[in-house]
Amino acid sequence: MRRFTVVFCMALACSLPAVAHGEARAFACEPEWAALLEELGGNQVAVYQATSPKQDPHRVEARPSLIARMRRADLVVCSGSDLEIGWLPVLLQAAGNREVQPGQPGYFMASDYVRRLDVPDRVDRAMGDVHPYGNPHVHLDPRNLAIIATALSKRLAEIDRENADFYVARNATFQERWSASIERWEREATGLKGLRLVTYHRDAIYLANWLGMDLAATIEAKPGIPPSSRHLAKLLSQLEAEPADVIVRMAYNEPKAPAWLGEKTGIPVVELPYTVGGTKQAKDLFGLFDDTIDRLKSAVSRS
Amino acid sequence: MNRTYLAIAIALTLSFSVTARAQDQTEEIEELRQRVQELEDRLDQQPTTAEPGLPTTAAQPTTTSGAPAPTSNKFNPAVSLILNAKYRYFELDPNTYTVGGFIPPGGHGHGGEEEGGHGGGFGPGDRGFSLDETELAFSANVDPYWYGFVQAGVLDGGIDIEEAYIQNSGYVPGLLVKAGRFFSGMGYINEQHPHAWDFVDAPLVQLAMNGINYGDDGFQLRYVAPTPLFLEFGLEAGRGANFPGSERNENGPNAWVGFVHLGGDVGFSNSYQIGASYRDTTADEREYDDEDSLGNEVENLFSDLKSKTYGVDFVWKWAPNGDPSMRNFKFQAEYYRRKEDGQLEYDFEGEGAGPLDGPYSSEQDGWYAQGVWQFMPRWRVGVRYDRLDSGTLNYGPISDGTISREDLQQLREHKPERASIMVDFSTSEFARFRLQYSQDKARFDETDQQVIFQYVVSLGAHGAHRF
Ligand SMILES: [Zn+2]
Repeated sequence: MRRFTVVFCMALACSLPAVAHGEARAFACEPEWAALLEELGGNQVAVYQATSPKQDPHRVEARPSLIARMRRADLVVCSGSDLEIGWLPVLLQAAGNREVQPGQPGYFMASDYVRRLDVPDRVDRAMGDVHPYGNPHVHLDPRNLAIIATALSKRLAEIDRENADFYVARNATFQERWSASIERWEREATGLKGLRLVTYHRDAIYLANWLGMDLAATIEAKPGIPPSSRHLAKLLSQLEAEPADVIVRMAYNEPKAPAWLGEKTGIPVVELPYTVGGTKQAKDLFGLFDDTIDRLKSAVSRS
Repeated sequence: MNRTYLAIAIALTLSFSVTARAQDQTEEIEELRQRVQELEDRLDQQPTTAEPGLPTTAAQPTTTSGAPAPTSNKFNPAVSLILNAKYRYFELDPNTYTVGGFIPPGGHGHGGEEEGGHGGGFGPGDRGFSLDETELAFSANVDPYWYGFVQAGVLDGGIDIEEAYIQNSGYVPGLLVKAGRFFSGMGYINEQHPHAWDFVDAPLVQLAMNGINYGDDGFQLRYVAPTPLFLEFGLEAGRGANFPGSERNENGPNAWVGFVHLGGDVGFSNSYQIGASYRDTTADEREYDDEDSLGNEVENLFSDLKSKTYGVDFVWKWAPNGDPSMRNFKFQAEYYRRKEDGQLEYDFEGEGAGPLDGPYSSEQDGWYAQGVWQFMPRWRVGVRYDRLDSGTLNYGPISDGTISREDLQQLREHKPERASIMVDFSTSEFARFRLQYSQDKARFDETDQQVIFQYVVSLGAHGAHRF
């Protein structure tokens, strides 16, 4: 009889939400989402960061270790909008984890919660590997992160109901600090308004949109197509006719083409973290924007 | 601040209700749900720092925010099409091609690509320009439980369904259930479609043991263990009509496959996967054409043949900081051993003597190893070495001296060997152009020089490949 009760209770525990006790396990596709999960989840969420800041998030290998992590995750947090199209579907297929499949509470795509920019009118691979649902690099606008943080804290509360109050409180604290920081960043970055940037990929569009900067050109010929020497020559003459202020190299970009372009044009090259951990200073989400603005400002004052 | 107290109060009652007695649990869970809903509503009202009128104010998922769907109907399956064309130069006539010492999977010792049928294409292909199989794939979720996938090879002769299955992923945590026709999970390269290979052709051992891609009609169970290292167990049961099995007209499955994969990372830059597999199948009336020592045609027929195949596979990938876009290296190797045991009927035409019959057993093995190095974006070079051993053969009529091993021309002793180098260039993720040179010693006495140029491009849905 006793044994029966125990078994019954275990069965009941299984039918309750994914995280009955202990910490929730989150799988973050990119470092920015790992950082956000840490802000919101504190010690209640064990976060696994699938990619390093030096990795191009478009091109990640669906490694066995990632399948193993996906298998045990209660929540998967990614950018979405097809940024991870080359690897996330494989992981979801191979891991056998129903809780994190699309449509389940354990599947959270951050870019679903904000308005995306660069949504193409039509999609054709002649345009390169375009993001058909719009630009997925949404985290470089801190206002997007505020919206995503609230949505994510709700999701954490749904998955780990026992700690729902904890996530509410963490989000409230985060939002308070975050909005104060946004105000400060916007104050500090007033001098960056109208700045013309050359980036490798259009991954700075949300940053540019936030601070009123322009993405003048990209170093890659087309999305996902590395620059040929002909493209670089064309870019060079374009920049001679219409100079830009800064050439941006994100931490995951290869350094050669931006350096070459900087040398030829005399436009300062600035290395930006792109995500948390991309530079030594970008230790967390606050550091990411502190450092991004610092670096842009010092590049401008140099020129 | 009121709001926070309220939320805490709700959460407290909530956690009490969880520990409460388990009676009327459905009611309680419903209640719980409502409370969480209330909580969420409260969260909704929390101020966000986004100012109105700015471009990033959508608080609800906006998956449909004006994005053009890649297909006009969102419920349409993802469609992709793989085009594949080749130019081949062979010094020796491809119609004389054979992997010496090994029973040809298609039943014919010699011949071009067309002769094999499904899982066929055992020759090196045709000389000159040719459009090879065009692959067409459809996939979509069927409903919340099933995912469906079809891949068909379209050839001049018709359509060949390579894979068509449904799959459930995780209804039981970690369990993947596949049913229909599928490529077996044994080994490493077997599950890959030819367009994903790093060389134009399959390794010789893959050809001899698995007949290009070993696929079956049946079901597959895969269990991914909840371990920090990737650990996967697989079991398949199927019709077993494909080589080395044969059609049997029986109710039960004729082929069983078991496999295990283990994988992980070493630092940020290295990852690996090792695997072991086993296949158990039987063949009845599996035949192949051959010649005796005088060049007379012989038909060989196996019956009651038990065929067991053991394999191990290994893959190592290196990419600096895990980012393969600039430079990366991939090493892979597989080894297979096959044991067969049964009856062989040796039917030679002419000379009037009836067919010989006797017990047959053999043990053969082979392996390949290859490395592919992407030294700069878009460009890769690769080297591959193939080696097989015809191994041991015991056949009654040979042991009693009625015939000699030379009368089983195809099964003479031989150690086929092949060395290949390739270079490929990808204009994008979706198009690859490859040049390959092989020195092929698969035939008994002759060495073939082969030069193949190939392109593989994919149209439609963005592909995602397994490790
Ligand atoms: Zn992108």
